[in-house]
Amino acid sequence: MDLSKLTLAQARKDLDAKKYSALDLTNAYLDAIEKKDGEIHAYIEVWKDSAREEAKKADALIASGKSQQLTGIPLAIKDNMLIEGRIASSASKILEHYRASYDATVIEKLKAQGAVFLGRTNMDDSAMGSSTETSFYGPTKNPRDTTRVPGGSSGGSAAAVAGGMALASLGSDTGGSIRQPAALTGVVGMKPTYGEVSRYGLMALASSLDQIGPFSKTVEDAHILFNAIRGHDPKDSTSLPDAPLSAERKSKTIGVPRAFLAKGCDADVLTAFEHKLSELRSKGYEVLDIEMPNLQYSLAVYYIIQPAEASTNLARYDGIRYGLSLPADTIGEVYTKTRGAGFGREVRRRILIGTFVLSSGYADAYYRKARAVRELIRADFAKAFEAVCAVVMPTTPSPAFKFGEKSDPLSMYAEDIFATPANLAGVPAISVPMGNVQRDGKDLPVGFQIIASHREEEVLFSVGKDVESA
Amino acid sequence: MSDAPKVNIKALAELARLDISDAEVAQLEKEIPDILKFVEQVQGAAGDVKETSPELRNVMRADENPHESGEYTERLLDAAPKHKDGRVVVKQVVSRKQK
Repeated sequence: MDLSKLTLAQARKDLDAKKYSALDLTNAYLDAIEKKDGEIHAYIEVWKDSAREEAKKADALIASGKSQQLTGIPLAIKDNMLIEGRIASSASKILEHYRASYDATVIEKLKAQGAVFLGRTNMDDSAMGSSTETSFYGPTKNPRDTTRVPGGSSGGSAAAVAGGMALASLGSDTGGSIRQPAALTGVVGMKPTYGEVSRYGLMALASSLDQIGPFSKTVEDAHILFNAIRGHDPKDSTSLPDAPLSAERKSKTIGVPRAFLAKGCDADVLTAFEHKLSELRSKGYEVLDIEMPNLQYSLAVYYIIQPAEASTNLARYDGIRYGLSLPADTIGEVYTKTRGAGFGREVRRRILIGTFVLSSGYADAYYRKARAVRELIRADFAKAFEAVCAVVMPTTPSPAFKFGEKSDPLSMYAEDIFATPANLAGVPAISVPMGNVQRDGKDLPVGFQIIASHREEEVLFSVGKDVESA
Repeated sequence: MSDAPKVNIKALAELARLDISDAEVAQLEKEIPDILKFVEQVQGAAGDVKETSPELRNVMRADENPHESGEYTERLLDAAPKHKDGRVVVKQVVSRKQK
């Protein structure tokens, strides 16, 4: 089997046809990890023995004719989702030795299908970053060019799939943390509608934005994994009631917010995007220019709301209930020493920004104003979806950058410019590869982003397949 | 756009309960005002919008149908750095008055 080309859908057929066993498949991935991951570092920890055991159980299920979509499928899981008894660290020193007390709902669902867990993947410390460079365990390299970052924060989950070291994987997306690394490594990455996938057992970063979603080689595979993890969960009060996703395609009209794209996007990325648009036109799509005047504020709104929510969510890591605890004379010093030493630099910076924008005297001008502008962004989307079935744009303004290239925080934050609107509006979005651009004589992948209205994931999949095959 | 506000990083770190070195404080004194200046552009967005309560938000479940007492105690306590006799151990919180 050629792991660089194998899809989840194909593996399902092969497993059910007994072309190879789930154990063969898992062993093939474990070998690939052994060979390649020393250089790429997609994984923080690989679970060889338990993965083989899970594969054997999957083979028994397949033999008894009880296989489901993910039975025996080797997956990688971002290090911020809980698997009972396993370390889950969010790639942070503060949780380096933390063992999960229970399964996240998404994990429970995958276990129920007999999926195989290969290991936990690298990420930016506490999911704060766009390059995986802030990980306590050191950065992940981009399999497409190892001098460059894989994006982040779910960089390990993206690199595992792009490097043929997992058939598919799970990541989390608060402001592009699935779609941006998917674009930069040349795979598919999807952020579902806010509330569509339970966050029970996902370490909270910014609770009004976080969503779990799949990485895969194809849109079809993303669809399969999404179907497996979605659904109402009584343990997550922000999860949506169960409802069938609208299966009908409303139209083939897509919108491009031209004014928003005009600023800060590399010329060749725009050219690749235009090329895809013309291919879509030849497939019968109508492409409209649309006005979304408040999208320009997305990044600023995001970098107020996200740190604000993060600063409160991360208050739970205090050296008392979980993880690292540094000895000190008073309880107050236990908090400050543990948190100062346990969180990475970017995390400390964002906690301080969050603390500032929420502080008395500044909360009106920053936090409350940002929440108000967020409503304007949401309204821009609502209006756009009256005319079009999807809003499309490049996933990122440029291809993968070199390690250390964005050491200034603001230049790193600018990576998220096209990704944050979907999180702020709570709408689903997917990044599908749209070809390559060249940097230093190397072909680097870039992504085509499709954003649909709430709970219209089916639009993402149908347009996504057309982008893929164009 | 106004000048970025003066930020007292040390006071902020104290509020956030973060022990931060002097060198990092000096660095943050440059970085944080720049970031605040950038995000201040939200103030240029159209007027006031009535704040709405989001459709989906965290709520507490009703205080009913409890699970059996102690069912999860050990598992959850295991995550704590220090525990004893079913309780989390912390440094003394309230100090006794000196006689």
